Amino acid sequence: MKPARRLHFAFMEAYHTSHGFSGWSSESERRYNQAMKAGMKFALGAVLIVGSVGYLMASGIKQTGQYFLTPSELSQKLASDPTFYDVGMKVGANVVPGSVTRDVATQTIAFRITDGSATYPVIYKGLAPDTFNDSVEVVVEGRLQRDGVIHATDVLAKCGSRYESVPKA
Amino acid sequence: MTLLGNLALWVAFLLGAWSGITGFLGGARARNDLIVSSRHGVYAMFGALAVATLSLEVALFRHDFNVEYVAAYTSRNLPTFYIWSGLYAGQKGSLLFWATVLALFGALAQWLTAPRHRIYLPYVGAITSLVAAFFISVMLFGHSNPFERLAYTPIDGRGLNPQLQNPGMVFHPPMLYLGYISITIPFAFAMAALISKRLDVDWLVAIRKWTLLSWLFLSVGICLGMWWAYVELGWGGYWAWDPVENASFLPWLTMTAFLHSVMIQEKRGMLKKWNLALIIGSWLLSIFGTFITRSGVIASVHSFTQSSVGYFFGAFLVISAVASFWLYARRLPLLQAESTLESLVSREASFLFNNLLLVGIAFSVLWGTLFPIISEAVTGTKITVKAPFFNQVNIPLGLALLAFTGIGPLIAWRRSSLPNLRRQFAVPAAACVFALLVMLVAGMRDFYPLMAITIGAFVFATIVQEFVRGVSARHRQYQEAWPLAFGRLIARNRRRYGGYIVHTGIVVLFIAFAGMAFKTEEQATLRPGESATLRSPYGWTYTFTHLGVSQFDALNRQVTAATVEVARNGKRVGMMTTEKRQHVDAEGNPTFQPSTEVGIRSDLREDLYIVLAGVVNGTEQAVYRFTINPLVWWVWYGGMIVAFGGLIVMWPGGGAVSVRREQAGYTVKLVAEEKPS
Repeated sequence: MKPARRLHFAFMEAYHTSHGFSGWSSESERRYNQAMKAGMKFALGAVLIVGSVGYLMASGIKQTGQYFLTPSELSQKLASDPTFYDVGMKVGANVVPGSVTRDVATQTIAFRITDGSATYPVIYKGLAPDTFNDSVEVVVEGRLQRDGVIHATDVLAKCGSRYESVPKA
Repeated sequence: MTLLGNLALWVAFLLGAWSGITGFLGGARARNDLIVSSRHGVYAMFGALAVATLSLEVALFRHDFNVEYVAAYTSRNLPTFYIWSGLYAGQKGSLLFWATVLALFGALAQWLTAPRHRIYLPYVGAITSLVAAFFISVMLFGHSNPFERLAYTPIDGRGLNPQLQNPGMVFHPPMLYLGYISITIPFAFAMAALISKRLDVDWLVAIRKWTLLSWLFLSVGICLGMWWAYVELGWGGYWAWDPVENASFLPWLTMTAFLHSVMIQEKRGMLKKWNLALIIGSWLLSIFGTFITRSGVIASVHSFTQSSVGYFFGAFLVISAVASFWLYARRLPLLQAESTLESLVSREASFLFNNLLLVGIAFSVLWGTLFPIISEAVTGTKITVKAPFFNQVNIPLGLALLAFTGIGPLIAWRRSSLPNLRRQFAVPAAACVFALLVMLVAGMRDFYPLMAITIGAFVFATIVQEFVRGVSARHRQYQEAWPLAFGRLIARNRRRYGGYIVHTGIVVLFIAFAGMAFKTEEQATLRPGESATLRSPYGWTYTFTHLGVSQFDALNRQVTAATVEVARNGKRVGMMTTEKRQHVDAEGNPTFQPSTEVGIRSDLREDLYIVLAGVVNGTEQAVYRFTINPLVWWVWYGGMIVAFGGLIVMWPGGGAVSVRREQAGYTVKLVAEEKPS
């Protein structure tokens, strides 16, 4: 059936059924139309679902995505974009040996991280992971502030080949 | 024992190759001698792998530290209870475990398949054998042989990772493995149907129970995993959207979708392509899960040591995906639907939406898991997403899915009339509004938890209504006593009412998950006698008073334990202890990093969850984290209800196949007119 004819049938059927009369079109045509209509409506529903999945994913990544950088990549980013502060990111690097200072009373840990070419200071308020010491590889999660310090919200210490999560602060 | 083990591995490998070749040839040429030989090969392969597994267990229990694997994962002072789990504690052993279980399932499929589905068996045997042979080849050629010996014999082994020394770890990995591995059987049947071009409803019947079985194992495995993470890892929750957790969740989602859409194919001959794609996809996702846990492609808490094994799995994944979808594409013309969707207000349509949602969730989880790789490949910068992304995307989708859990089963097939809708949904809609009002009056204002409870009440009401109607119909018609009518109702319609029980468990789970929105947490550094207070979401005030720190040696560890006294609204409720454990070897030297033993005090409303973060050097001053997690026990109960319902659906019996088929036809006829009561 051509689209125009299909539309015509759909319209006529809707008109007649709304007036309590359904014998206008032949049974097979009526069925066909109904199936087409159901198919169209279903497609609409499917588009709605697929669309919302896509929207949720896109907005989710935009709002919660975090850069994963090394200290030198971070300094490059800063060089090309001087406003790259207060952006959620993870930085993977080594702790500079001997740079760790702990303050038990306020549960604050300060240390520096480096990948050999760039170094950044980190402040982390919370419980250090069991595996954290001054010679491990860490992934620091947080934001670089204008004071040049990474204010961490989470520190993962790499142990052998495994990451162990810190208890959430 | 390693000689025997190695020999058994080689025998199993050759048998796998043999069964693969003879199975395909025998099936294609209809040569009975080859088919029989292939089948015997499948049985023998399982035998050989069982011998290999036993050899490894014997080596583990005998502390044969000359075997590298034994030395790497056990030690003399490891409690006997945990020695057996050394089998799957490491990469190599878990490969052996995987291959053995797959061979077992392959043999069971040969043995248990009903005579009328035997035409598929040669191909099923061939595919299961080849997949098992692949796993053996990784061990033999991928530097992953668990029977490898060292040049010297260490005095003691390195011991088992303390985080794996937890009763949950004895059951959780095998359950997950059973789930993962048994997906191979439905996949093999689907491939067999594609190869043999016998794509009628028969193959679906043949694999439905296998799919249910692996779905059930996977569900239980995931729940046990949540429990393990909760009591052992100490971060205060049970699900962190870790890549490995996601890897187990992905095939669960696609199999759940399949278990629903398969009903549409059985009843209406629709969705054939979709169903096949779901089965193939589920299996590929299970292999993908194995790939990401073993290759180190994505950093995860659970990863095995990075190794070349990743390449094997990557290649296997690509080859299997290309081969299966190529075959699938060739057979597409044979997979035409026998009927069309007639109305949007029909069970078909609501199941289709349920499927779209499940697959949408699966896709977003996959996307989020792979996003670091994707973003690095596309933009050159690695961007990671974590729990907030997954929650933000999946909470709304999950709630929509929950709503369809209530709508789908009550809507008539083909099309629903307005009176039908009114009859089915009047009471549940009222229950839903009622629950919303009660929660609003109780003072809850958080959108998602409110939605979870409201929709949960709706779904639960639909289920109760179904049970009440079914039981009272039996009571009227057969004059059965109420309990008898209830029992028979379930026993005579296992799929339907077992399914409702699974849905009940899902509702319980959703409400329990919603409870976690109200978790509260507090960190404190306390001297003995000092206390910290924390307000629970129910409005109580808990006081935790630090009593002191004690240090002692236990079996294979040095323990630092801290004890607090807990009071609710000033009234003492008990004491709780949390430990920091430093595991040691037989000489008393420390092994592994320190681990945390969480203190948990549960009731049905909330869990008090305390973690000892550390003790200030040389003093009794302790750093604690106190957490109140609402409704956690309902997660475990929900999981149990789901498993129980799944068992009912699967339970064998319930009439001969012919009877069931007639009944299926009968139902179709009835719903075509008007829904019977």
